[in-house]
Amino acid sequence: MIKLHQVHKTYDNGSPLHVLKGIDLEVARGELVSIMGASGSGKSTLLNILGILDNYDSGEYYLAGRLIRRLNETQAAEARNCMIGYIFQSFNLISYKNAMENVALPLYYQGMARRKRNALALEYLEMLGLRDWATHLPNEMSGGQKQRVAIARALINKPQIILADEPTGALDSATSQEVMNLLRRVNTEMGMTIICVTHEQSIADQTDRIIRLRDGVIDSVTATGR
Amino acid sequence: MRGGEMLSEIWVSVRRNKLRTFLTGFSVAWGIFMLAILLGSGNGLKNGVLANFGSYATNSLDLYGGRTSKPWKGYETGRRIRLSNNDLDILKREFPEVEEAAANKWLNGIKAAYGGKFIQIGLRGSFPKVQRMEGLELSAGRFINDEDTRNFRKVIVIDEPLQRILFKDEDPLGKQIKLDGLVFTVIGIEKGDARRNNSSCTIPLSTGQMIYSANDPEVHNIILTLRGITTSAQMKDFEQRLLRRLAAEHGFAPDDRSAVWIDNTLERYKNIMIVFGGINLFVWIIGMGTLLAGIVGVSNIMLVTISERTAEFGIRKALGARPASIVRLILTESVLLTAAFGFIGMVLGTAVMEAVNRHLTATQQTSGGPTVFLDPTLDLGVAASATLVLIIAGLAAGYIPARRAARLKTIDALRYNK
Repeated sequence: MIKLHQVHKTYDNGSPLHVLKGIDLEVARGELVSIMGASGSGKSTLLNILGILDNYDSGEYYLAGRLIRRLNETQAAEARNCMIGYIFQSFNLISYKNAMENVALPLYYQGMARRKRNALALEYLEMLGLRDWATHLPNEMSGGQKQRVAIARALINKPQIILADEPTGALDSATSQEVMNLLRRVNTEMGMTIICVTHEQSIADQTDRIIRLRDGVIDSVTATGR
Repeated sequence: MRGGEMLSEIWVSVRRNKLRTFLTGFSVAWGIFMLAILLGSGNGLKNGVLANFGSYATNSLDLYGGRTSKPWKGYETGRRIRLSNNDLDILKREFPEVEEAAANKWLNGIKAAYGGKFIQIGLRGSFPKVQRMEGLELSAGRFINDEDTRNFRKVIVIDEPLQRILFKDEDPLGKQIKLDGLVFTVIGIEKGDARRNNSSCTIPLSTGQMIYSANDPEVHNIILTLRGITTSAQMKDFEQRLLRRLAAEHGFAPDDRSAVWIDNTLERYKNIMIVFGGINLFVWIIGMGTLLAGIVGVSNIMLVTISERTAEFGIRKALGARPASIVRLILTESVLLTAAFGFIGMVLGTAVMEAVNRHLTATQQTSGGPTVFLDPTLDLGVAASATLVLIIAGLAAGYIPARRAARLKTIDALRYNK
């Protein structure tokens, strides 16, 4: 599903900062993988490149067989819209839209009619147990509920992969576990490929493989045996 | 982006910042309001002056006797050139372009008396056709006619100030007034501003010359209406031939421009038009300047809005919003803001000008005086161009903010303010 070959990335803010120093990585369809690493190890940069939120300097990145390289903003927007679902640490819901509208937003950018996409959004909220919260604004919901709305939003465009950036970072341990259970469910029931950046060992332990980054290179890849 | 959806998003963002939206919108409304007022006033001034001018024949030419400024054939400078009845005959006879010729002679310091009241008036001896050539209107009676001229009749056309002063509520027609002791019969009343305190009345030129200047054939001014002259070049050529002829007659240098003054209405009309062109330009510049302040205001609010919503734009981009759709959102918001508030300003400005117009029409009817301000309203063309200006203003105001939002990388936008 994902294939990285010798991906390099250098940031140039005054002095050049070589963040990714040749990443080789393959993730198969239906895998639930976690990426770990100390701060500054390049894991966020890697996730941004995987999510087509950022460009890389050299190497190759194939997503579902398609070479992703040097896309302009319009092409990148389209690729993100139909291939990738995001889950963020800070949820990134739009504050003045209710749960249903937030979930339906990716479909809006696909040009789907309002009634149809709202109906679909309700289906996904139902699946995640939030049917009754559909008309509530994000600030009326708990952290766990917000993250479930975000998961629904990530799923609604039927992406190739889901990228989760510290999905449990802002949640307490019980809620974190709920979210992880949910991700696992999405992974097994829907066969969704999920890549999850985390710094919590207990979260990483629940994934199929743990990829550790250090100083811009892959330090180790551990199969958890799940 | 589909229209309805975009509008509801714009509505949300506007509603969340009511005060700021109002304050910046106000500057646009004010700009357009001032533009409407200025343009309306300019229109009013133009209409008023043209209405006064309109009664003059636009193909006419006035000659006045002046003083020579060059020595010529033994005459020294400063000699007064006295136009006379004879010149009138020459011009009529020798110039095919002259359609009609008439003359005026002003007789000043004449005392008009009636029923124990008296006043100094300006009196002119004139021709019957002057009424048509100058577009004079009468409120009662008739103007002098050819019979009056031929028979040296002592008849007089008075004006409304004199009617007010001498006659009060009496009907002056047919009444006899004394001019320096001589009795004249009132045959007509010329329309004009009755509140004026000076009066100017008209008697036949022949009568005036005989009674008040011992049959001296001098006239002060000759009015010609012309035919077949349409361009400035033709007019210039005609004036030159005219001057040469008069120079030969009166013995002054043909290139002496101060011996006989020529004032043609074609030139005057053109000059007035140039002045109004200038006024119009000035009004637009001032108006646009005011509007520019409004545009900067809207641009500012849009910039603030964008930095507040940067993270939101980041989320939208991550979920698949193209940069173009973000740009469209901002530009639409900007155009809608300027258009809505500009429209309010335009409506208010038009309303104010309508009110002024109504007031003017009302006072006009009671006083009946001449106008310098008439129909000060915005015409459709101006309203249309103002609308166009508004839309351009909205686009201009939104351009910089939109460009900034579009250039922002998704990843930076997502991290913004975190």
